[in-house]
Amino acid sequence: MERTAVRGRLTWQAATVTGLTPETAAVVTITLDPPDWPGHQAGQHLDVRLTAEDGYVAERSYSIASAPGEPLAITVERLEDGEVSPYLTEELRAGDQLELRGPIGGYFVWKPADASPLTLLAGGSGIVPLRAILRDRLRTGSDVPARLLYSARTLPDVIYRDELGQHHDGVAVSYTLTRAQPPGWAGHTGRIDASLLADAAWPATAKPLAYVCGPTSFVETAAAGLVGLGYPPDRVKTERFGATGGH
Amino acid sequence: MDALDGNAIGGLLIDVFGAEMTAATGTCGACGDTGPVAGLVVYLKAPGTVVRCRICGNVLMVFVKAHGMTCVDLTGMARLDQPGAA
Repeated sequence: MERTAVRGRLTWQAATVTGLTPETAAVVTITLDPPDWPGHQAGQHLDVRLTAEDGYVAERSYSIASAPGEPLAITVERLEDGEVSPYLTEELRAGDQLELRGPIGGYFVWKPADASPLTLLAGGSGIVPLRAILRDRLRTGSDVPARLLYSARTLPDVIYRDELGQHHDGVAVSYTLTRAQPPGWAGHTGRIDASLLADAAWPATAKPLAYVCGPTSFVETAAAGLVGLGYPPDRVKTERFGATGGH
Repeated sequence: MDALDGNAIGGLLIDVFGAEMTAATGTCGACGDTGPVAGLVVYLKAPGTVVRCRICGNVLMVFVKAHGMTCVDLTGMARLDQPGAA
């Protein structure tokens, strides 16, 4: 295909769906093969556009779940009143075409050359771009130490549970379950707060770089908590998800 | 209605400015707060897309799409500096 995209413009393209992997009861990872993908950085998004038969168009932004160099993937949570996510999680099949454009974003991105210890705080599906960061860290052989604190309602709501459970040198993963805990649960419980952050995040003296992603209320609490621990505000990168799908 | 943040309009900003702008620095014309566009408060489902200052709530940017055009109102923004732009 002739490359006609003008630099500085985003061009919609029809990607082929190459795979669908259920992550939880409501969450699916969709692997995509776009005809012209320039590559991306961990933490970036793409936009998805659905067009109904009557011409109605709905666009949503989704974090890219895969590391640079891996097959492109997004992870989508089904929202009961959503316009886009029910289609993506229930109707879409391998071989289908999906209109997308990207990559998008230059703020909430991680560069493997950055040597700062990583504090990663995820609320719900906010884990998706942080998973891309962890995979990029592994693929590039980065040895920056990383601490991930993942807040989920229940254990079955934890996305990428098996992957995050695999041991990797320099990566510490902890969970807090806010709604219900399985018998014998030894992890944290309840919503994120100052004492939990003090326990799970790097101290400010380690000069860490923090990425916080989740619902707005989670991000506000978590980011304010890190600043309270002495993190400079510009070392706390935030991204807020809505309840309206994607971001 | 849930407020999002400037990360959510990265694509729209490329449409309008022709460049990645979530890492650009914006200054509120009302209170003078300065920070990354990614941190601003974004309402996608207002009539159009409305971007507000996280500190004082001043409307910084409004984008309305109609008839294939995007109308842009930036009167609330004192400065918008793209990193690395000449």
